[in-house]
Amino acid sequence: MADTAVGATTEPEHGGDPSRRDFIHIAAVAAAAGGGAALVWPFIDQMNPSADTRALASTEFDLTKVAEGQQVTIKWRGKPLFVRNRTKAEIAKAVADDSAAMKDPATDASRVKPGKDNWLIVGGNCTHLGCVPTFGGGEYGGWFCPCHGSVYDTSGRIRKGPAPTNLVVPDYAFLTDTKVKIG
Amino acid sequence: MLRKLSVIAAAVGILVAGAAGPALANGGALKAKEVHWSFEGPFGSYDQAQLQRGFKVYREVCAACHSLKLVSFRNFGDRGGPFYSEKYPNSNDNPWVKAIAKDYEVNDIDSETGDAIKRPATSADHFPSPFANEAAARASNGGALPPDMSLLAKAREEGPAHIYSVVTGYVDAPKGLTVPTGGHYNPYFPGDLSSAWHGDHKSVPAGGFIAMAPPLKADLVTFDDGTKSTVDQQGKDVAAFLMWAAEPKLEERKQTGFAVLLYLIILSGLLYASYKTVWRNESH
Amino acid sequence: MSGHSTYQPKTGIERWLDARLPIVRLGYDSFVDYPTPRNLNYWWTFGGILSLCLASQLITGIILVMHYNPSAQGAFASVEHIMRDVNYGWLIRYMHANGASMFFIAVYIHMLRGLYYGSYKAPREVLWLLGCVIYLLMMATAFMGYVLPWGQMSFHGAVVITNLFGALPLVGESITTWLWGGFAVDNPTLNRFFSLHYLLPFMIAGVVILHIWALHVVGQNNPTGVDPKSKADTVPFTPYATVKDGFAMSVFLILFAFFVFYMPNALGHADNYVEANPLVTPSHIVPEWYFLPFYAILRAVPDKLMGVLAMFGAIACLFALPWLDTSKVRSMRYRPTAKIYFVFFLVVCIILGFCGAKLPDDPVIPHLTTFQLMGSDLNSFVWLSRVASLYYFAFFLVVLPVLGLVEKTLPVPDSIASPALSADAKKG
Repeated sequence: MADTAVGATTEPEHGGDPSRRDFIHIAAVAAAAGGGAALVWPFIDQMNPSADTRALASTEFDLTKVAEGQQVTIKWRGKPLFVRNRTKAEIAKAVADDSAAMKDPATDASRVKPGKDNWLIVGGNCTHLGCVPTFGGGEYGGWFCPCHGSVYDTSGRIRKGPAPTNLVVPDYAFLTDTKVKIG
Repeated sequence: MLRKLSVIAAAVGILVAGAAGPALANGGALKAKEVHWSFEGPFGSYDQAQLQRGFKVYREVCAACHSLKLVSFRNFGDRGGPFYSEKYPNSNDNPWVKAIAKDYEVNDIDSETGDAIKRPATSADHFPSPFANEAAARASNGGALPPDMSLLAKAREEGPAHIYSVVTGYVDAPKGLTVPTGGHYNPYFPGDLSSAWHGDHKSVPAGGFIAMAPPLKADLVTFDDGTKSTVDQQGKDVAAFLMWAAEPKLEERKQTGFAVLLYLIILSGLLYASYKTVWRNESH
Repeated sequence: MSGHSTYQPKTGIERWLDARLPIVRLGYDSFVDYPTPRNLNYWWTFGGILSLCLASQLITGIILVMHYNPSAQGAFASVEHIMRDVNYGWLIRYMHANGASMFFIAVYIHMLRGLYYGSYKAPREVLWLLGCVIYLLMMATAFMGYVLPWGQMSFHGAVVITNLFGALPLVGESITTWLWGGFAVDNPTLNRFFSLHYLLPFMIAGVVILHIWALHVVGQNNPTGVDPKSKADTVPFTPYATVKDGFAMSVFLILFAFFVFYMPNALGHADNYVEANPLVTPSHIVPEWYFLPFYAILRAVPDKLMGVLAMFGAIACLFALPWLDTSKVRSMRYRPTAKIYFVFFLVVCIILGFCGAKLPDDPVIPHLTTFQLMGSDLNSFVWLSRVASLYYFAFFLVVLPVLGLVEKTLPVPDSIASPALSADAKKG
């Protein structure tokens, strides 16, 4: 096997074919580095949600439990989710403000499902730094975040304070009139 | 160099043989029957039809007493699983998985009233156990605990072949052997029969007493794919299914292993060439 | 090693750093310019392989802890959660479990190499002692790690090993209770073993640094056992040793990968896939393969306390080795008689390992009954391990001290370069 190697050493002045000599070293180092890099992926990916966590990523919720003007906080993907059955007055207030100046403009209609505008389902974490806002605080009749004073209206839109965006509306669908599947 | 490597290999071989030594000791039972499994060898993979048949045997026969608590319904739709389909890479969407899950009821707590309730299982749920707890399981089985089956195929030295041999290996007890009530003689089940044996001390029969009555009968399970439902077939299929339940990542492991070994052999070759080049003009 | 550093900082940043923290210089002097005997054979690559093993165990171990639940209720299920649900969890756990065995394969070869070539003799006594400390820490770590999956073998292995300390007179019982944190192996035991299993590898890493430091002070031994005298005897560590170590590591990884991917449970016990149950002991309880020789020595002695002492004595012999061997010649290459005793020692270690895996009263040769001696048939594994244990101790306590004084050794070469050249010519 040794006889097939080119007559070269690490010292270039010894002669031989330097390009072929270098190639074998470069190839070996590159192969080792490539293998190392491939091994890193499992070590990183293991920190991503595991299969059992992913399997719980969607949840079904029975809306009959929420009376008009009430709100139920459910845990979804480890975080709170507000399911609010809005009153006529709350809806009217939110629609009336549709054209007001807002940090993150959105119409109320875009934040609910058509024909189901009493049901507002939003993520229960302030978009500032993740605290859980309380309902009924602040001057817009919606949510108020006690941590840094962000104020949301009855559509969950940011109206005042440091939060940059509206409360997040998750992907959800009505399975029946009284049942939603979230996620 | 080759000679030295072979010395290392031999040393390792001896160590492995030493470690594997106790594998053969099996409490005086017969060696498991030889079976050829589709998942053997470096390229082995599960036979999906066999897993489906095996699941049917588990569901209709074993599940009455044996739990499978580490397996979730969604696992059935995972790659390599009995109901995996390329159309549904997310096993939670797999219609077979959903249909099977719906047939089972699991315990839950009503979030309104706090009462213990039963609800239909979802794909995320684990297999419900047939008994509420160990004491209940023992009480219903004459004091014996039917082991959980999730890892059974890995928890026996001879693996699925042992399961196959036990469920198909029941024979009548030899004359001179006192079989206790609630016990069944099985030559493949580990045990020590010398105290129940009244014959010659030198020829104590192999095997032991098992609390489980012979579970399989011909045509006990009807296979949907038309396979003839013999005891042998049922035993083989359920053993294969339990191997899958114990080691669901087997296919992924073997496939990854082939790529890794190929890579390492190429890398070793490159490094050897590099080594020879570096040391070309150095005596050593 | 000795001599001044040849590191030349090239850029301004390198000079700036070198004046404040000469870490690049340290690395350069230790792993680039470091003079390595030119005649090192493949047995010398296991130091590098062991570093790789340690790194692999540390990384995979830290990852497993992210998913493991150290409680008697949750440990077994969390390991299965890793195997089934965590992304690549099966790979990482099999790497860690088999990595422990690979670590011991490499460390045993490394130790036997040191024994054969006299790497423990002056001035390398401290280097050898540090190695023995690493080995002890490895055994403690491996034992406690094996308890963590909380299977039947984990649990009852922990019961048996912790009960060893009960053999100590007067304090034995208090010590076992203290180790357990209760009246049996239970949740507190698992939790403290977990804590220590996480701590000890970092202590190993610390002692490894001392081990390498000591190595770089006294320099590497080599197959001739003759110290390098001139530059002709050595080559720079990089690229000569690095590429050779790299090749050896790659070949070792093939063995490692073969176990991980194709026989991941071959070195373990099936019973450990059954959750721990304090009420039922597995029919045949044996430690992992790397403890089998010591386990055989333990069982060879009929008295409990003496058995424990013999087992620890077997390890203590390793510590005393630098002062037990009286020979002036380092390498057994030039000690033909010692070589024969060494080969016997190797065989005896393997026999002890084999005995450790067997039931003590089983016959070595089937269906042969001889006569009873000390309550056991002479044709039994317990007697085989007694004979083997006797040789094990005799090798350290009689053969090495006496042989060094009386044996006729072969002529030792003046320098590394001369026999290396002639040996090469012979081979060619």
